[in-house]
Amino acid sequence: MNYLPNIIFAIILVVGIGYFVKNVKKLFRNIKLGKAKDISDNKSQRWKNMAMIALGQSKMVKRPVSGFFHIIVYVGFIIINIEVLEIIIDGLFGTHRIGLSVLPKSLYGFLIGAFEILAALVFVAVTVFWIRRNIIKIKRFFNAEMKGWPKNDGNIILYFEMVLMTLFLVMNATDLAFQNAGTGGNVISQFISPIFGDNPETLNIIERSAWWLHIIGILVFLNYLYFSKHLHILLAFPNTYYAKLTPKGQFPNNEAVTKEVKLMMDPDADPYAAPPESDADETPEKFGASDVQDLSWLNLLNAYSCTECGRCTSECPANLTGKKLSPRKIMMDTRDRLEEVGKNIDANKGTFVDDGKQLLNDYITPEELWACTSCNACVEACPISIDPLNIIMEMRNYLVMEQSAAPMELNSMMTNIENNGAPWPYNQQDRLNWKNE
Amino acid sequence: MSEQLTVPTMAELMAEGKEPDILFWVGSAGSYDDRAKKITKAFVKILNKANVNFAVLGTEESATGDLAKRAGNEFLFQMQAVMNIEVLNAYNIKRIVTCDPHSFNCLKNEYPGLGGNYEVLHHTQFIKELITSGKLDIKNSDYNGKRITFHDPCYLGRANSEYNAPRDVLNTLNATLLEMKRSKSTALCCGAGGAQMFKEPEKGDKDINELRTEDALKTNPEIIATGCPYCMTMMSDGVKVKEKENEIKVMDVAELIASSQGL
Ligand code: SF4
Ligand code: SF4
Repeated sequence: MNYLPNIIFAIILVVGIGYFVKNVKKLFRNIKLGKAKDISDNKSQRWKNMAMIALGQSKMVKRPVSGFFHIIVYVGFIIINIEVLEIIIDGLFGTHRIGLSVLPKSLYGFLIGAFEILAALVFVAVTVFWIRRNIIKIKRFFNAEMKGWPKNDGNIILYFEMVLMTLFLVMNATDLAFQNAGTGGNVISQFISPIFGDNPETLNIIERSAWWLHIIGILVFLNYLYFSKHLHILLAFPNTYYAKLTPKGQFPNNEAVTKEVKLMMDPDADPYAAPPESDADETPEKFGASDVQDLSWLNLLNAYSCTECGRCTSECPANLTGKKLSPRKIMMDTRDRLEEVGKNIDANKGTFVDDGKQLLNDYITPEELWACTSCNACVEACPISIDPLNIIMEMRNYLVMEQSAAPMELNSMMTNIENNGAPWPYNQQDRLNWKNE
Repeated sequence: MSEQLTVPTMAELMAEGKEPDILFWVGSAGSYDDRAKKITKAFVKILNKANVNFAVLGTEESATGDLAKRAGNEFLFQMQAVMNIEVLNAYNIKRIVTCDPHSFNCLKNEYPGLGGNYEVLHHTQFIKELITSGKLDIKNSDYNGKRITFHDPCYLGRANSEYNAPRDVLNTLNATLLEMKRSKSTALCCGAGGAQMFKEPEKGDKDINELRTEDALKTNPEIIATGCPYCMTMMSDGVKVKEKENEIKVMDVAELIASSQGL
């Protein structure tokens, strides 16, 4: 027997999965560059959210057209990949359609038949997506941040899926053993089969090519994920699990600030006291975020999960009125900067070497940050519960508390609050005057 | 008119050895902004009419710090919060109602972490409570059949998922409630949130309040109803920009209820 194909197959499989694992490790490391944040509460609610939003796509279908086709692609893609199991077993052990010999014929036929129908549906859905992006040119796919790689990425993935689905169907259509097995599973492929003629040798060559290309394609796809917005097919799950459960309007209170405020308000505290010994060489906590390491790991997980669908941006009042702010861009910038920091760490043997850049200014400008109305429309719109607003607020905190760089009018508003307890320069003693006016 | 308003302060009640059932948090806009003061008074008229045992902090009230927080000044926010909590806790306050969704959100969600635990209601929720419990009787209103569209304030709606209370209250007026295309969870912000109210907008091709006013105008309303003093400013300005101020009124839910009852 000739074991060469089995060995080649095993090597391809190990390399493909190995490279994927390596990237997943890098992904974990990069996400952990973010600040610690304890999210161990409300486990049952979190599982429920994950089941509803990630698995059940409950937020996707708020836009019925894209939601409907997305579900087809999503369900189709997951289920068809069960077929990969058979391919792997066949590849490793040199069998051919192991399912045919171990499963009842009717069950095998049912499974493959279902896969074929789904493959055809996925093909149609993906074509619809392609038309929406390239012919109808839906607006949210053409904002400023969608030039270059993000735009290509969106299309590449569609081509990928078209090719994979085609290969799957061709593989079945040219497989004489399968076509003649009478499983009834060739619901779609029987119509494609005649195109390829009836020369068994030619058919075999095409079938083998499609088979190899199919499995190689899937491995390439798996490894493409890390570089693509398609990481969401994996990360949507943890992302929806860890998403905020408190009311959207509730912004976290900064604990480091609480400590300082308590100290200041404490009548017994001695303002001239030297800081306790242990604090002497600790750098004082930085307020807010100017770079990705200042954000929480959840912000960073959000960034990797973002699908770049632009639903957030298409509902953002600032963006709708021509301001530079785009919540999608906030997420994309965060991911890009995080990748840059990650590469820096790789290149410098595990430590980050200051590259003179940061998320603030080099990626996200104060102009964008100050345009936000904190309205939560982006958070509401995101199909996988990403929170761009939290990043915006963290960065505003940095601008104001570390740099005193708020717009002038806001500074005077805050001075008023400080001096007379209202955003306007009115006397606090006049606070009840309305009663007699 | 002013002599009709009964507005006891906490300090006064305390001196008489009394406690209110609920504290009315007036908020900075409600205290100082000319337009918002009218909302404050309308709400007080409702409270008086329903014989609610309430009080205000008066000059002991200070900004919640919400604005400072959204503007990025967490420090100032927490200073304000700690100060206010001290006052509120000293008076043993349990329940608070406010006409300002920003104060509502801040008091309800952000004060507990700093030691201020209260049951906080938006005034539309409280009015609804008054109506359901029979304390406030809505008789035939002047708004019968009037075309009213409600603009959801972000900090009441999306931020705290309260979409029904204002609508339920408006429904007691027998008016024709019209929904904008973007409403409830997908309502567009009026443009004031996140401290935008206090600064010039960034460069763009339109002001947000204008876009939101267009949303409202598409329903062809006679009245645009709101539940927030800042939305009030933004929507009123928007209606002026569209030169519709003679045909379309912008009114707070409290004002609609008060005026429908001849208060
Ligand atoms: S919260 Fe800010 S970024 Fe998000 S939609 Fe509203 S204005 Fe846009
Ligand atoms: S943040 Fe959410 S809504 Fe916005 S582009 Fe990313 S996935 Fe889409």
